[in-house]
Amino acid sequence: MSVVKKSPWILHYDGTSCNGCDIEVLACLTPLYDVERFGIINTGNPKHADILLITGSVNEQNIPVVKQLYEQMPDPKAVVAVGICATSGGIFAECYNVVGGVGKVIPVDVYVPGCAARPESIIDGVVKALDILEVKRKKR
Amino acid sequence: MGNRTIVPFGPQHPVLPEPIHLDLVLEDERVIEAIPRIGYIHRGLEKLVEKKDYQQYVYVAERICGICSFMHGMGYCMSIESIMEVEIPERAKFLRTIWAELSRLHSHLLWLGLLADAFGFESLFMQSWKLREQILDIFEETTGGRVIFSVCEVGGVKKDISSETLNKMKEVLTAMEKELKEAAAVFLNDSTVKLRTKGVGVLSREAAFELGAVGPMARASGIEMDIRSQGYAAYNQLDFKPITDQGGDCYARTKVRIGELFQSIDLIRQCIAIIPDGEVKRKVTGNPKGEHFTRLEQPRGEVLYYAKANGTKFLDRVRVRTPTFANVPALLETLKNCSLADVPILILTIDPCISCTER
Ligand code: SF4
Repeated sequence: MSVVKKSPWILHYDGTSCNGCDIEVLACLTPLYDVERFGIINTGNPKHADILLITGSVNEQNIPVVKQLYEQMPDPKAVVAVGICATSGGIFAECYNVVGGVGKVIPVDVYVPGCAARPESIIDGVVKALDILEVKRKKR
Repeated sequence: MGNRTIVPFGPQHPVLPEPIHLDLVLEDERVIEAIPRIGYIHRGLEKLVEKKDYQQYVYVAERICGICSFMHGMGYCMSIESIMEVEIPERAKFLRTIWAELSRLHSHLLWLGLLADAFGFESLFMQSWKLREQILDIFEETTGGRVIFSVCEVGGVKKDISSETLNKMKEVLTAMEKELKEAAAVFLNDSTVKLRTKGVGVLSREAAFELGAVGPMARASGIEMDIRSQGYAAYNQLDFKPITDQGGDCYARTKVRIGELFQSIDLIRQCIAIIPDGEVKRKVTGNPKGEHFTRLEQPRGEVLYYAKANGTKFLDRVRVRTPTFANVPALLETLKNCSLADVPILILTIDPCISCTER
């Protein structure tokens, strides 16, 4: 596959998601979808990651965590917001403790729709993020 | 006395996809104390009842937790139905039971996978999740969703399952049972797996009782407590006996959950055999007035739903006591004096669901 310039490593952080999107992110790793065949690996360390996958919206308590994770990632980096919660707050937008989508705190490159987002669309979002990474790399 | 150090665990940690923070106070390699800090995932769901009416709130209830999504919706609907004194059709009760047991299957398989991942058995993780995909396929075929179905509503369920699909489901489950047995044998008999789970995090029967543990956590310590035996939905028409174990350690908890996998398959089979024909929902009119407590058994244990209605379409209060919340004191107890390397496994063995605990 010539489109994959690099094998991106992914960092997954769960904002205030209901787990629905999380388990779909994890499902991408497992035999049916198996993103590892593209060299995509889920890492636990932000310093190794190229793409930050965030599920769920942000609240007062996790804003510093999200910011810190983003800052610790080396450039160039891309952020993918997975699910409608991460996009806008979704069904929880009116909750008192929900600040809104991830875009309120850090710049987001790709929004993946769905509640819960399907593994296919998550993979699609990551592939889009790859192109964005490439553009960012060239700009440096 | 050795050196005291504090090791932070989380909120972003590879073992748990969900954010929880623990300050582990260590003396050399031993954990002396674990101090939790929560709130990373709190949204304020319960207050949403003031903005969404009682029928819309079903969708919110389903999103309390994406893993036991169906059962949250079901618990909420059951409490509203009790307040409004709506008796749902028999077929709907059976369908709810089938979906609930399928949810238990998928949740336990997910947990087994995460456990395997926590002790570094990658291929076992993959195997469990591969089996789980078959359940998700059934969900997708019967409800249209993989994770969140929105199929429960006040008064019954939105969709019926045709008898061909039910028969097909039975075949899939029978085929799956074989593969499950193979995977279960690794969890229960493999010596390296046993080294990580046997005798780790023992919770005595007394401690489990006093700390108010629920679900597989309590049953693995020898407490025979399962709300399904109270016979809500269609459980009163099924042959059911809670699975227990006396061990109280991680191994016993794994064993109980594996036992429940086969039990769920059996319960679904029983349902399919005697499911009656007929309507699947009742028309519900008017607004609820009154209050009610509902209890039901989720994969992680007993969940309590409390709803208070004032006769308008907006409820006054909804309160959920989730199983993980009840199991946290027991977790902190087992963490005391364990070795640092066992912490991820111990945290996983209560099958934590932070999202529903903090809501
Ligand atoms: S988008 Fe839906 S499934 Fe995903 S975290 Fe939000 S509520 Fe859950």
